[in-house]
Amino acid sequence: MEIPYTIDDRPDTGLYNAKLGIWLFLASEVMLFGALFSTLVLLRTGADYWPHGYEKLNVPLATINTFVLIASSVTMVMSWASLRLKDFRKHRLYLWLTFLCGLGFMVIKGIEYGTKFSHHLYPSTDNFYATYYTLTGLHGLHVVGGMVVILYLLLTGSRMWQSQPERFTNRIEVVGLYWHFVDLVWIFLFPILYLL
Amino acid sequence: MSVPEKQPAAVAEHHGHHEEPFWKKYIFSQDHKVIGLQYGITALFFLMFGFCLMLLMRWQLAFPGKPVPLLGGLASMSRLFIYGALLILAIAAVYLLRGRATGAVRGLAVAVVTLASVFLFVTLVARLLSDANAPGGIILPEFYNQLGAMHGTIMVFLAVVPLLVGAFGNYVLPLQIGAPDMAFPKLNMASYWCYLPGGLVMLMSFFVPGGAANSGWTSYPPLSNIATQGQTWWLFGMVLLITSSLLGSVNFITTVFQLRAKGLSFMRLPFFCWAQLVTSFLLLLAFPPLEAAGILQLADRLLGTSFFMPSGLVVSGQVLDVAGGGSPLLWQHLFWFLAHPEVYVLILPAMGIVAEVIANNTRKPLWGYKAMVYATIFLGFMSFIVWAHHMFLTGMGTSISAFFQTTTMIISVPSVVILTALLISLWGGSIRFNTPMLFALAFLPMFGIGGLTGLPLGLAPSDIHLHDTYYVIGHFHYVVAPGTIFAIFAGIYYWFPKFTGRKMSEALGKLHFWPSLIAINCVFMPMFIQGLAGVSRRLYDGGQQYAHAQEVLHWNAFMSAGAYMLLLAQIPFIFNFFWSMRRGEKVGANPWQATTLEWAAAPSPPVAHGNFPQVPVVVRGPYEYSPPDEDVEFLPQHTPQQA
Amino acid sequence: MAGHTVEEIKKETRGYILVFVALAALTVVTVGVSYLHLSIGPAIVLALFIATIKGSLVACFFMHLISERKLIYSVLILTVVFFIVLMVVPLSSFLDHLAPWG
Repeated sequence: MEIPYTIDDRPDTGLYNAKLGIWLFLASEVMLFGALFSTLVLLRTGADYWPHGYEKLNVPLATINTFVLIASSVTMVMSWASLRLKDFRKHRLYLWLTFLCGLGFMVIKGIEYGTKFSHHLYPSTDNFYATYYTLTGLHGLHVVGGMVVILYLLLTGSRMWQSQPERFTNRIEVVGLYWHFVDLVWIFLFPILYLL
Repeated sequence: MSVPEKQPAAVAEHHGHHEEPFWKKYIFSQDHKVIGLQYGITALFFLMFGFCLMLLMRWQLAFPGKPVPLLGGLASMSRLFIYGALLILAIAAVYLLRGRATGAVRGLAVAVVTLASVFLFVTLVARLLSDANAPGGIILPEFYNQLGAMHGTIMVFLAVVPLLVGAFGNYVLPLQIGAPDMAFPKLNMASYWCYLPGGLVMLMSFFVPGGAANSGWTSYPPLSNIATQGQTWWLFGMVLLITSSLLGSVNFITTVFQLRAKGLSFMRLPFFCWAQLVTSFLLLLAFPPLEAAGILQLADRLLGTSFFMPSGLVVSGQVLDVAGGGSPLLWQHLFWFLAHPEVYVLILPAMGIVAEVIANNTRKPLWGYKAMVYATIFLGFMSFIVWAHHMFLTGMGTSISAFFQTTTMIISVPSVVILTALLISLWGGSIRFNTPMLFALAFLPMFGIGGLTGLPLGLAPSDIHLHDTYYVIGHFHYVVAPGTIFAIFAGIYYWFPKFTGRKMSEALGKLHFWPSLIAINCVFMPMFIQGLAGVSRRLYDGGQQYAHAQEVLHWNAFMSAGAYMLLLAQIPFIFNFFWSMRRGEKVGANPWQATTLEWAAAPSPPVAHGNFPQVPVVVRGPYEYSPPDEDVEFLPQHTPQQA
Repeated sequence: MAGHTVEEIKKETRGYILVFVALAALTVVTVGVSYLHLSIGPAIVLALFIATIKGSLVACFFMHLISERKLIYSVLILTVVFFIVLMVVPLSSFLDHLAPWG
């Protein structure tokens, strides 16, 4: 017996399984990052001295990274829209662009970390750097996780597109939801860490 | 549900590739039933192991400074014996599971497996008493701390929750809602394969230098930040276990919303499913903050950050070389943000099991089903905003204490609603006193004691006296041990015929129940006496050094005797469990004459892939026992579809 | 739920480009404001306000929450409630130390 609603929407919820699943997962992610934000707020309010982010961190680099990540979100959503228009070639193009943006984000992040390390600024330096490294590091891990899944879909996608086009479109939608969420977290991380 | 006409073809197709390879069928299985059993067996092992840690502690408390009897000799035995036993066990087990053995050879293999397993288990426990932990069999204080921390961790995260959710939830929930499997079978498999390594990491941590985590199951910093490396293992183990829980909860919630059979509206859902649904939401939203806290503590330990390290901390006369500025209180908030909802994770599915067993064995509908459902939802919601009642003594302030006292008093209301509804459900029933029912009935007063003794702990003024005394230990053990674990036993006896197609022995079941009930009360009831007298928990010598404890110290030996009686009382259960798998009375699909789908619509055990021979369509509520206007004794939830 | 006809989807994609432009512009604004070095109170309010707008744009359009099912809204509302609890309550441990009401 097949598991129902892997492709079609269940009438009463209006959802297919994976879509509900990813939103539940994202809800748990909200709580994960919520705890980390709460940590940052608590430590910062309790601290005698806490530097402004722009005094210590590289704002221009992070701004570029913000553009890169926003762009990757657009390409992701375009790659889903192309699939819904049955244009697989365009979908692939956009998905590759998304992957490359993710890669670009990580490279820039690496440069940022590298400069900090070369100035002997580590997580153990003080709680400002501890929160900076932990929050951006965990966010970076989420980006990498998303890139791995996107790469997997790039490599195996055409086969699935041929056998189960609707299921594949659903998959891209679900991965897109995750990817946009990672973008959304950055949208909050960026001002909180770098600009305040 | 797929179109009914397709069914015969689908069934035939599955008969086609019936013979799956061994590893796919038993090890990396994606069938919720096999995964449920994997969870169940692993968790029962950890339940027994956690129980043995407690037995060691109780020896030390009753007879401080005396060597642990019997196990001493095994501690220093050569490893060759262990490897040999492992090899023999593996060969015999694989031989048996392939299912080709017959007659005397089979009997021999069973005997070998039994002996090797018992030998390995006892050796595992004995090896904990190494020279570093217990020279000459005398338990060292450092080792006592490990026992306490790991007993709590193992019982909560590796035994009870995996049994309730991983095992019963996984096996029973899809069956009760008429689904062919979980919504995401691969995720389900991944969940088990995060749980098992998490458990193994916890076990292995006993054998690293400095031993296992020894900062309590709560792992409060700064103590846990400067503890030996066992704490790092604990954190890695926890991250794996949390991941496993998250995967599981996403799966459970999706399954309940998406895969209910046709006609199974939410108000026709068996109460067990409601309990699982709310529990999954608790796991989904409460665990991530602890995962975050775990990551932060890992950073503190491995990267030298100071999230939980205050400035100017002095350890052994030395100021610690850390940046400082962290907040130990932050950990407590993040920890209890999970750990209080976790209490309801421990109790809600247990109530679910008890509700099923009681409805079935009183042969009448549950009283106040809807009230129970709403109470459960409310309970789940409130459980997120009561956590800081664990922290009244941290100096976090009176305004926030006042808030949490209020919410704590409020949350006791829905618990009482559920318990009362279960109690009133007994009224006027034609009760069958079989083993599952006995355990379910015992749950009611035991949980009642546990719950009501919690009230003084929820009020800051009385908590100041009782905090961290044996009273607290007595309170939460009444909730979890004779409460939840009795419900788990009820569940095992109740659903065993569904798992195996055979009933467990009633006589042995009663031999298990009555001594367990008496013994477990001997263990926990005196804790209230000691706690009220002011004996603190986590004391290595059980309170010998304290003048005010002298009056109540004699209870220590009594409680320990109770604990050893409790061990003896489990022997009939363990024997019954394994013996009944092959030799128990053979039963049909529905030996308890139950109404819910897992009994009424599926064979025992259910169809390997897909559960139901025919897709059930639900037409009525879950507990239509003794319907007044019908000439039948019970009405199943579904009407069988004509093939 | 997102549209299904070719026309609808094409209209949506034009919307995505607009959202992208808005996000980029807001990023420029928030970075620009940070160079003004406002005092911390207004700076936090302004930065979080802009971030919330940006976040809402991503959630509403890229994650098409603007036309999503009731069940998903319910889950998210529940999550947001607990998120707020998680943000506010640990901080209020220090209420007594601030003690505005004595």
